Amino acid sequence: MTRRAVIVGIGESQIGRVPGRSSLQLQADAAVAAAADAGLAIGDIDGLLTTPLRVERWNMPAGVVAHNLGIRPRFLSTVDLAGASGVAMIHQAVMAVESGQCDVALCVAGQNLLSHQSRDQAVKSMAESGSAHPQFEVPYGPLVPSLYALIAQRHMYEFGTTSAQLAEVAVAIRGHACLNPNAHKREPLTVADVLASRMITSPLHMFDCAIVSDGAAAVIVTTAERAADLRKRPIHLLGQGYGLRHGHIGDHKQLTITGAVDSGRDAFASAGVERADIDVAEIYDCFTITVIVELEDLGFCAKGEGGSFVEGGRIALGGALPITTHGGLLSGGHPGLPGGFLHVVEGIRQLRGEAGARQVADAELALVHGNGGVASIHATLILGTEPN
Amino acid sequence: MTLAPDDRPLPISDPATAPYWVAARAHRLSLPRCEDCGELHFYPRPLCPHCGSQRLGWADVSGDGEVFSFTIVQRAPSPAFADKVPYAVAIVALDEGPHLMSNIIGCPADQVRIGLRVRVNFLDFNEETSLPVFEPAS
Repeated sequence: MTRRAVIVGIGESQIGRVPGRSSLQLQADAAVAAAADAGLAIGDIDGLLTTPLRVERWNMPAGVVAHNLGIRPRFLSTVDLAGASGVAMIHQAVMAVESGQCDVALCVAGQNLLSHQSRDQAVKSMAESGSAHPQFEVPYGPLVPSLYALIAQRHMYEFGTTSAQLAEVAVAIRGHACLNPNAHKREPLTVADVLASRMITSPLHMFDCAIVSDGAAAVIVTTAERAADLRKRPIHLLGQGYGLRHGHIGDHKQLTITGAVDSGRDAFASAGVERADIDVAEIYDCFTITVIVELEDLGFCAKGEGGSFVEGGRIALGGALPITTHGGLLSGGHPGLPGGFLHVVEGIRQLRGEAGARQVADAELALVHGNGGVASIHATLILGTEPN
Repeated sequence: MTLAPDDRPLPISDPATAPYWVAARAHRLSLPRCEDCGELHFYPRPLCPHCGSQRLGWADVSGDGEVFSFTIVQRAPSPAFADKVPYAVAIVALDEGPHLMSNIIGCPADQVRIGLRVRVNFLDFNEETSLPVFEPAS
């Protein structure tokens, strides 16, 4: 009989400004919460997947995390697809379990990105972190937001997208954060607030950009057979896809088209579902423009129509396609590279019906999308309440 | 020639990119060109992105092009850029095809537009490094 893997546990540390907690302590908070959620002990875990971290100089992240959590892994892997790592970890954990290499895989990621350094240090370290090419881009002084601003400016030029439409994304996602008790930023936000916020790198205002947070998240994957004896209703990975169309943004000629076209196509094809079937989409939101381009590339609207698509509350709770329902990187929490993993946890939570005030009614199919580099690497998951 | 020494992070060339920086120091813009298919590309890669060949040489280009996209940076990424804000970071589409990132100088930042015709110039930082930048062509 084919061995099928399912998702049985989720956990988060406190997200936001969490002083006095190391990256390993935050990850342990999330891992312990995920194990308790599943009804498992840490000692049951025999597979470990994690990501590299900006604030730690670990020689082998998966080894360091496994050792510190007291796990003797039969499978371990450090997944490094930048912001798409969280999404990719789930698919790779499912492969590890279904191949029989391990029985209970823990995916965990997180760091104290906010408390570890000053804001100026964070801005500088990100600008020189490799998202900008060290020889051909860094000497010209782009912020990481500048690299996405180049996409936004071109999108406005080609399709007439407006700053107010970008602001709609920030406002919808902040509205979701306001309903998430573990979100970092929970003060209400209006389109006028976004447009009046400081211009960082035109056309992106401060509220068009992700925040910086401390925090960690964890997800546990095991066999369907084992899940039958566990606490929570299992959630199924129905399909996935990966994509990459460029390395650095400076040599990407089609600035407004990304590898999400490919990851989305493969995810929908392998899941055997259509765009209209998706109840909730946890879209990676490092910047407001990222969301608009991803919605187009994933096929929820035509290229160029993302600006009008996000208007009128369509992407907010109660709209036709609620996105990023936990508050995302723009408001919920952004502990660097592991930030996209919070989108995965939220997608699972929605399918379980455990999202509280921000629950999408009767959610049965969730899409989760991760984006790494400067809109370079893309990974897409489709999760469901029933197996396919 | 413009002398503009400052403490910004300067490029450290490697065997694959050294010809670009050597040419820039001599105020020439030179890009990788495939010796099999003849196509230019940028940034430098070990395999031609058009045909996969490893037989790559270099060819000077005109340095003329237009602004493909841009952003006006208002918040410096590091202290080295603090006295330069606001400044324009742009992607320039060279007339020969390839794109590259640069700064647009020689005009107020708020006059930079997509489609603006630009021409390369070079900022000399030290005896090894000149940085290609672009100015309005007119």
